[in-house]
Amino acid sequence: MSIKEVGYISKQELIDAKQDISDARYAKGAVAVVECVQQIPCNPCETACKFDAINVGDPITNLPKINEDNCTGCGACVAKCPGLAIFIVNKAYSDTEATVAFPYEYKPTPEVGEEWEAVNRKGEVQCKCVIEKVMNPKAYDRTPVVTVKIPKEFADEVRSVKRK
Amino acid sequence: MLSKDLLVVGAGPAGLATAIQAAKNGVKDITVVDLNMKPGGQLFKQIHKFFGSHEHRAGIRGMDTGAAMLEEAQSLGVDIWLNSACVGFYDDKVACIEQGQPDGTKKIVFMKPKTIAICTGGQENVVRFTGWTTPGVMGAGAAQTMVNVNKVQPGKKIVMLGTGNVGLIVSYQLMQSGCDVVCLVEALPGINGYGVHASKISRAGVPIYTKHTIKEVKGNGPNGRVSEVTIVEIDPKFNHIPGTEKTFEADTVTLAAGLKPVSDLVKLQDIDLVFNGPFGGWVPVHNEKMQSTCKGIYVAGDTTGVEEANTALEEGNVAGVSIAEELGCITAAEADAKRKEIWERLDGLRMGPFGERRAAAKKEVMEQFPGVRA
Amino acid sequence: MCMRVTDHCILGQDLNPKMIEITVDGQKIPAKEGEPILAALLAQDIIVNRYTVKRNEPRGLFCGIGQCTDCAMVVDGRANVRTCITPAAEGMIVETQYGYGGADDVK
Repeated sequence: MSIKEVGYISKQELIDAKQDISDARYAKGAVAVVECVQQIPCNPCETACKFDAINVGDPITNLPKINEDNCTGCGACVAKCPGLAIFIVNKAYSDTEATVAFPYEYKPTPEVGEEWEAVNRKGEVQCKCVIEKVMNPKAYDRTPVVTVKIPKEFADEVRSVKRK
Repeated sequence: MLSKDLLVVGAGPAGLATAIQAAKNGVKDITVVDLNMKPGGQLFKQIHKFFGSHEHRAGIRGMDTGAAMLEEAQSLGVDIWLNSACVGFYDDKVACIEQGQPDGTKKIVFMKPKTIAICTGGQENVVRFTGWTTPGVMGAGAAQTMVNVNKVQPGKKIVMLGTGNVGLIVSYQLMQSGCDVVCLVEALPGINGYGVHASKISRAGVPIYTKHTIKEVKGNGPNGRVSEVTIVEIDPKFNHIPGTEKTFEADTVTLAAGLKPVSDLVKLQDIDLVFNGPFGGWVPVHNEKMQSTCKGIYVAGDTTGVEEANTALEEGNVAGVSIAEELGCITAAEADAKRKEIWERLDGLRMGPFGERRAAAKKEVMEQFPGVRA
Repeated sequence: MCMRVTDHCILGQDLNPKMIEITVDGQKIPAKEGEPILAALLAQDIIVNRYTVKRNEPRGLFCGIGQCTDCAMVVDGRANVRTCITPAAEGMIVETQYGYGGADDVK
């Protein structure tokens, strides 16, 4: 099932778009996961990155390609992406836990320490999560980026929290 | 009778860009008329960050681009008449304008501009089903205006018909304003808009029913308001498949079934039109300068084929440069160089699986250009 | 039921808007100064603006930008006022429109 049919991305589509991240890179800590598998004319992710870790190039409809060695997991691209399609995943957070950061433009804005329900790409609740960090500096232009702490096994699934 | 160098009809992205670009290239006496109370066309209800590249102000919210363009137009001395409609043309391109007065009344004004740019945008299509006139059934644009401009919810539980970018984006924005979206319904086998927009809807747990349409809306709510919506699966020929109905409780239905170009004013002039499916209907034939077949009249934006704000803006830039050329403010060589640069960006916006159809449609329209008639 | 959006991630909070009062079918309701009459009505969950000429069917917000006329009402005695693009002003008298909104057009 493709994103065009069901409205959410499959693991195979990420692999086909060469946007999957290697286990070796995940082991090193936070990294940007770009989930943008259709050729659309857009490149703010590329210009947002100071480390030359995301490349779109010419033509502008190229799929964004992540250079996982250059990526520091800083998250500057997350709020810049008009499609809200970039996430920061840290599978090396602890032995049992991972963190996932995502843009969240709904009210109420989660607050650090609160417990929310973490959902997958389809909006299904996967697990409880604790809000680890909420960033909304001026540069993010009103797109808060929320980081949640979750059990490690859900790191590839969790991409948001359930709207309250 | 007023005489002007340039009359622009419509203060949306295309019209404002035309006026700004013309003014920047030396055109002096410019008036933009718009029938709305506020300029900016539909830009001010686009609260999301736009796609595109740096040159297109990508990553900037549409409403902020609107504000920036308005400020630029004003700083360049462009005169913007609001609550004012260009209601017709007389011989010799004399425009008849219903000019809004500060006290809310209108005054008829005649204007003879040296050049005219028609940038009247697009208009939403309607879908008819049993109960489509029930209060609570409305255009997606109306719902978007309510939440993003007037800051009031059009309803609490909403069914969206259509999964083009408008359907997807407005669904998301309704949820941002605290409404619940029950589901999205799409007649085609696939989601029509960008997957990244659909992903936001999916992450919020909202189902998208492709190969479905609305069969009936019941208005048993207070004062006859929408109370329930029945959707049904359809076959490849769009016939309802009996027995596949699903009924949802909802108080609002929003229609996002595409737009068509507004070409009323274009039709009043000696301008060739052509029907173009991908562009949504009848559009004025034009060339790469955004000149219509009538000398002195230019066209830009959704009027020339429904696309999106960035392409409208760039077409306006082209029209503005061409108008400056026609009025002798810049040389043909200067105009060509500027247009080349803008066209490169336009071509960029019309690439990829979502843009190719529009690129081909634009080519088809321009290939039919027979030349300018005096 | 108040349907106003008072806190929004992108649009921010609507802090202390200037409120006025208008009268709708004899009932006084609050409105934000300058907002379209229709928005003030929606905020109070009032969704029918007029009843049609031939079938007496209810109509409400449809296009929201002054093009379709489904939201026409009688405002300060004037019929066919498009409430989605007409700003609310203090003391305005707004009435549901029946048919053409003339003296003979009653429910």
